Amino acid sequence: MAQIFNKSANNIAKISMVLVVVLAGVAGFAFTQISRSSYLTGRYLEKQQPVQFSHKHHVGDDGIDCRYCHTSVETTASAGMPPTQTCMNCHSQIWADSPYLEPVRASFRDNKPIEWERVHDLPEYTYFNHSIHVAKGVGCSTCHGQIDNMPAVYQENTLQMEWCLACHRNPEKFIRPKSEIYNMKWQDGDLDTAERDKLKADYKIRSREMMTSCSTCHR
Amino acid sequence: MYLNNLLLTNRSMIRRLGFTMCFTAFAVLTGCGVRFDMQDQPRYKAYKKSEFFADKRASRDAPEGTIARGQLRDNKAFYTGKIDNPNPNAEVAATTNAAGNTIVTSFPNAIDEFPIPVTKELVDRGQERYNIYCIVCHGPVGKGDGMIVRRGFSAPPTYHDDRLRNAPVGHFFDVISNGWGKMNSYGAQIQPADRWAIVAYIRALQVSQNPETNLKMNNSTEANTTAPKAAEPANTHGGGK
Repeated sequence: MAQIFNKSANNIAKISMVLVVVLAGVAGFAFTQISRSSYLTGRYLEKQQPVQFSHKHHVGDDGIDCRYCHTSVETTASAGMPPTQTCMNCHSQIWADSPYLEPVRASFRDNKPIEWERVHDLPEYTYFNHSIHVAKGVGCSTCHGQIDNMPAVYQENTLQMEWCLACHRNPEKFIRPKSEIYNMKWQDGDLDTAERDKLKADYKIRSREMMTSCSTCHR
Repeated sequence: MYLNNLLLTNRSMIRRLGFTMCFTAFAVLTGCGVRFDMQDQPRYKAYKKSEFFADKRASRDAPEGTIARGQLRDNKAFYTGKIDNPNPNAEVAATTNAAGNTIVTSFPNAIDEFPIPVTKELVDRGQERYNIYCIVCHGPVGKGDGMIVRRGFSAPPTYHDDRLRNAPVGHFFDVISNGWGKMNSYGAQIQPADRWAIVAYIRALQVSQNPETNLKMNNSTEANTTAPKAAEPANTHGGGK
């Protein structure tokens, strides 16, 4: 009866044992990288909007406060998208003939909302509320990045759970004084650790156990 | 022969198993075949699109003629800045300025006193709100030289002339609520309590630019027991139209 395995099978068996471990490791690493990639998280991808609205111009050049348009950020879950009338507060006169603004004028004329493309889309099994974050010293740019440098807004962070938890575990590393919430230039280094620890106490931010409890975000 | 056959079947089985495993791994890695029912649940978040309504807005306006709890707004002075029974045909004194614009110089229906106590907190709140909503045109001290004016918008009048120094507080409230001239209504952006805070801050600005002038400021804290502060605190949002 013929041998089923010839001699080289010994080496193949040894090499394949090593290869399985190596490949499993590579596959595991590839999985962690791919799942965090901007391809799957949408990070850094600029969205095309129906109007070429530039935050860089309105915030960076004109110095308009975030809350001028996002009026409900301090009081409700949603930061608030401005009605077209807010655009027309200025654009009834400024660039009133510009073809770029025709979708805005059409929206105002026909009383039809502009259909903006959502940039930050959290999964709906998470409960997120802007007002509590703003009230506890989380600035806009902590999550949204330097919006005043973005001609087209993109997602600055992954919005993945590990990213949320990084702050929920150690909020004192990210919070800032109330007066600086809407300051786009604020850096975490602007305040030393002791001052931020004091802020955490002043804001009455809850314990790590409470902040990372499942039902804090999944209700 | 028999063994050989067995091996063959095993090989094809192993190959099939291997293929299935690879495909599953690929599907997991690329996100194929993953369902998003939990990610996108059949419920409406703010500003979501709805195919059900003709205008495709999931966020609905309250039906006409309805009043939400706590929003009766029967305190006329607080919510309109006007006297009880304002006369729509009241005669208004007006002049024409050099540019040919009509300048109203009397405000017969506006209330003359703040309907809520003027405190330091109110003025501070007003400063914060002013620097969000008003500074863009009226400028940091109310001279009508804000960034938007520098970009080409019609310049609003300065707060620091006798006409507006003597204008009743209700007039400023009315302008914020309903607009005036080229200025749109800010009623949707600023809640009534915040509008009064801004009016208080405008008065503070007027004093700061002209400390000599005696202003009609009502600082009394006991005269206003009817202030509907509990009915609508400054930090509630919505329904400010």
